[in-house]
Amino acid sequence: MSLNIENIRSDFPILSTKVHNKPLVYFDNGATTQKPLEVINRISDYYKNENSNVHRGTHFLSQVATDHFEDARKYITGFINAASPREVIFTKGTTESINLIATSMSEFINKDDEVIITAMEHHSNMVPWQQLCLKKGGKLRYLSVEDDGSLNLSELEELIVPSTKLIAVAHISNVLGTINPVKEIIKIAHKKGVPVLIDGAQAIAHLKVDVQDLDCDFYAFSAHKAYGPMGMGVLYGKEEWLKKLSPYQFGGEMISTVSFQVTTFNELPYKFEAGTPDVAGALGMETALRYIEKIGIENIQKYEDYLLEYATKKISEIDGITVIGTSAQKTAVLSMVIDNVHPFDLGTLIDQMGIAIRSGNHCAQPLMEHLEITGTLRASFALYNTKNEIDIFIDALKKAISMLI
Amino acid sequence: MTIQEKAQSVVDEFLIFDDWMDKYAHLIELGKELPLIDEKYKNETHLISGCQSRVWLHADFDNGIVKFTADSDAVITKGIISLLIRVLSESKPSDIVEADFNFLDEIGLKAHLSPTRANGLVSMIKQMQLYARALQIKANS
Repeated sequence: MSLNIENIRSDFPILSTKVHNKPLVYFDNGATTQKPLEVINRISDYYKNENSNVHRGTHFLSQVATDHFEDARKYITGFINAASPREVIFTKGTTESINLIATSMSEFINKDDEVIITAMEHHSNMVPWQQLCLKKGGKLRYLSVEDDGSLNLSELEELIVPSTKLIAVAHISNVLGTINPVKEIIKIAHKKGVPVLIDGAQAIAHLKVDVQDLDCDFYAFSAHKAYGPMGMGVLYGKEEWLKKLSPYQFGGEMISTVSFQVTTFNELPYKFEAGTPDVAGALGMETALRYIEKIGIENIQKYEDYLLEYATKKISEIDGITVIGTSAQKTAVLSMVIDNVHPFDLGTLIDQMGIAIRSGNHCAQPLMEHLEITGTLRASFALYNTKNEIDIFIDALKKAISMLI
Repeated sequence: MTIQEKAQSVVDEFLIFDDWMDKYAHLIELGKELPLIDEKYKNETHLISGCQSRVWLHADFDNGIVKFTADSDAVITKGIISLLIRVLSESKPSDIVEADFNFLDEIGLKAHLSPTRANGLVSMIKQMQLYARALQIKANS
């Protein structure tokens, strides 16, 4: 099936807006994707017709809201092929999902214990582990990155020592676009009894995520990078792990019984969901993932690969441009540096021409240091982008470079 | 020329361009006129924090007059700091401290910059005024 991009584009109201009097070309999908009308409508319908607090009321609307909220959880369970809805915890997003694990795992991390991450992690999958290690006297180890932006997998076996407590790695790099061999990493880690957390923020909208096939212990992602609302995300955790971990926030919803002296905690997944959840967010996320399913993640991946290939080819024809991240396993992200041109200057001028693009260090300062660059210009694609938009971008890029050099 | 007059000349100059691409092209040109900072001052101490690109700023004090020199690794940033220096440099510290920056609104620069760049602009102004205030105190003591 080939995608009908014109139809898809008409699902996204924002794509017809103008920026600086130019038609918007939105190439900042790695930061957040736009939302189709059905997601926007789902959220507004919830507040118009269903709004009520979940899991506590005996009245009709509360039951409706609870049913829809739990249906969303069930749908997401199927979407990532988790074994049970008990393994799907709603969070604010990837960052909270990772912080939840970093906080709840802290009782298992003692002095001189080690956590392994990679040199290409986003700050959100780096700082929580760094701070955990600082607090507990542990050590943070890094798997290094090759020149082409792939992980140096051969180092991994040696990096894992008896005191290694966890490995945390991005499924897809937000800067390089590299699809990391997470299944292999998990296999190596499990052979040595080490659990693995996957930061799936950049993956969930771009490739099929099957947590049982990956056999990951934890998987974190955000709705807003997958056509869903902001402030909503998921932490998947294997039930055996989630049972072992203590809650990370306390309050209503996550309790079973409370007295002045003691509290018994609720069962999974509610143990990790203190307070009133973002019900509209959950419904919006479900609708967004259904949208992806309707179009087909394989179709999306194929189309985005085509866009990436075309853009990479066009970019390579411009003098003085170096693509950062040239791994064979790559998707939807195109980072570049231009000789003698600051990415910030480029970003500013390209913005003037109606193109939304990211410039800077992309919340991955250690990776920038490793690559010895101050930042990149990053175009990141989604299913509604077109070849024509890439042509507009290439022209804008050429014009900006001619002004800056 | 007073700071006010210099600011007005900048406003008049930018009025010629109605397209923002042309205004940016002009800013890039202005960057080339920037009084460059002495290489020996291009260090951590002279780096302005709060800018996405790196900006170094130095102030000399001579005969009651402040003179700024600067540099940046981004050319639009260079243009912006050049603009500020053109208006503020070679003035008395008290005039710099009391200067208003309406001219930036008048040319639409502040509103037009991305939030990160606008923050950088504010940091530059703050740093220049900080230098002036320090020199003023030093001169009075």
